[in-house]
Amino acid sequence: MSIIEFRKTSKHFGDLKVLDEVDLDIDVGEVVVLIGPSGSGKSTLLRCINGLEQISGGDLVMDGISVRAGKKQLRLIRQEAGMVFQQFNLFPQMTALENVAFGPRKVRGASAAEARKQALALLEKVGLRDKAGHYPAELSGGQQQRVAIARALAVRPKVMLFDEPTSALDPELKQEVLTVMRQLAQEGMTMVVVTHEMAFAKQVGTRLIFMEHGKISVDGNPRDVIENPPSERLKDFLQHVE
Amino acid sequence: MQTDWSVVLTFLPQLIAGAKITVQITVIGLLGGLILGTVAGLMRAYGGRVLNAVAFAYVELIRGTPIVVQVMFLYFAMPVLTGLRVDPMSAAVLAIIVNAGAYIAEIVRGAFLSISKGLSEAGLALGLPQWKVLVYILGPLAFRRLIPPLGNQFIVSLKDTSLFIVIGVGELTRTGQEIMAANFRAVEIWTAVAIIYLVLTGTMSVALRMIEKRMRIL
Ligand SMILES: Nc1ncnc2c1ncn2[C@@H]1O[C@H](COP(=O)(O)OP(=O)(O)OP(=O)(O)O)[C@@H](O)[C@H]1O
Ligand SMILES: [Mg+2]
Repeated sequence: MSIIEFRKTSKHFGDLKVLDEVDLDIDVGEVVVLIGPSGSGKSTLLRCINGLEQISGGDLVMDGISVRAGKKQLRLIRQEAGMVFQQFNLFPQMTALENVAFGPRKVRGASAAEARKQALALLEKVGLRDKAGHYPAELSGGQQQRVAIARALAVRPKVMLFDEPTSALDPELKQEVLTVMRQLAQEGMTMVVVTHEMAFAKQVGTRLIFMEHGKISVDGNPRDVIENPPSERLKDFLQHVE
Repeated sequence: MQTDWSVVLTFLPQLIAGAKITVQITVIGLLGGLILGTVAGLMRAYGGRVLNAVAFAYVELIRGTPIVVQVMFLYFAMPVLTGLRVDPMSAAVLAIIVNAGAYIAEIVRGAFLSISKGLSEAGLALGLPQWKVLVYILGPLAFRRLIPPLGNQFIVSLKDTSLFIVIGVGELTRTGQEIMAANFRAVEIWTAVAIIYLVLTGTMSVALRMIEKRMRIL
């Protein structure tokens, strides 16, 4: 059953065509890894799903709701599609616990006690229960990103969108974030991940999509596609990433 | 030259009464200016084309004209235009509201726009409406960045009230002028007036510095 449906979705920035009539169905439980050269439209594709970018043509349906249906519907979509950013974007004036409890409190309308309990459980899950009272500035990049994942999960989304979640991290900190993501995938979370971590793609991904110039140029099983790239350009690209 | 500092003591009650009026104009004016400035600043930062243009015109109009002209306009020209008479005190308060409001608008706009776009996106991505992002995420962050420039504006506005001598409000400078006209004790009286201003602005500085210290800038 598809939960995300791109229907000839286009996106322009002025004259620049960034998504070019993309057709794509993503099913519940899939872990889709998006790769492609810089500027090919990966972030834009992801950000159209939760309406951080407004689509310019075609349609895009997320969990049965069109991103064009209006502001209120867009907020419903966003509650069902959590997002994790390359730069973490934790709220600096809140502790880790407050960051994670924020969504349940202000979006789902949970009581303070209930939100706190949920937040602690999620921090436990990402291995940071002991950092609950710390401010983002007091955490390492890897820890911040794990808090950011917990914050997104706290709203209980059906889908998680990751935009290069480990690109801003030192190599030794990447693994702790990837471990959390792997665990999430094992629990059956539907995920769309922009990343250049090919080991993760092979191990965890159920599908690999290679984007070029706003179009999907390759779409297949990660292992097959990585081991036998169906196009010269993908082969080149993979050599650069490795 | 002979000085006689006892005249300061003699006229101290009058000077203090003047200082009270100065404080009154400043406090009420700045409270109004804060509200007006916040609204205009948010209109500049987040309003659509029309709201932004309205706020922009207001800010440019006020920043482009001297405050003396503004208060003269409010006191002498407004009654002619609207038929409503205002007393000097109201004109003075109104002038501070309108004048400080314009400068505060730019301060508020700057503080909000200096916050990284990513934080606002993180809030929106959770499913919050824009106004909640403003109130719960950007507002508290912007507030911390507002304090230093606001403190500066408060001190400027306090000193600007001395210009209202032109419409005859009995504030501190005007009081000094009146005492002077009667006894020609220029050195003593203007020294006393200057010191009272220093005490007022100094108190403001210390209070703001204390607030600043208690809040980390994030
Ligand atoms: N807000 C914007 N305004 C104008 N152009 C934009 C905007 N956002 C993205 N673009 C342009 O759209 C194109 C695709 O950008 P996008 O961020 O989706 O690429 P990407 O595949 O994520 O690249 P990267 O690997 O560098 O993150 C780029 O040429 C970019 O400059
Ligand atoms: Mg990108």
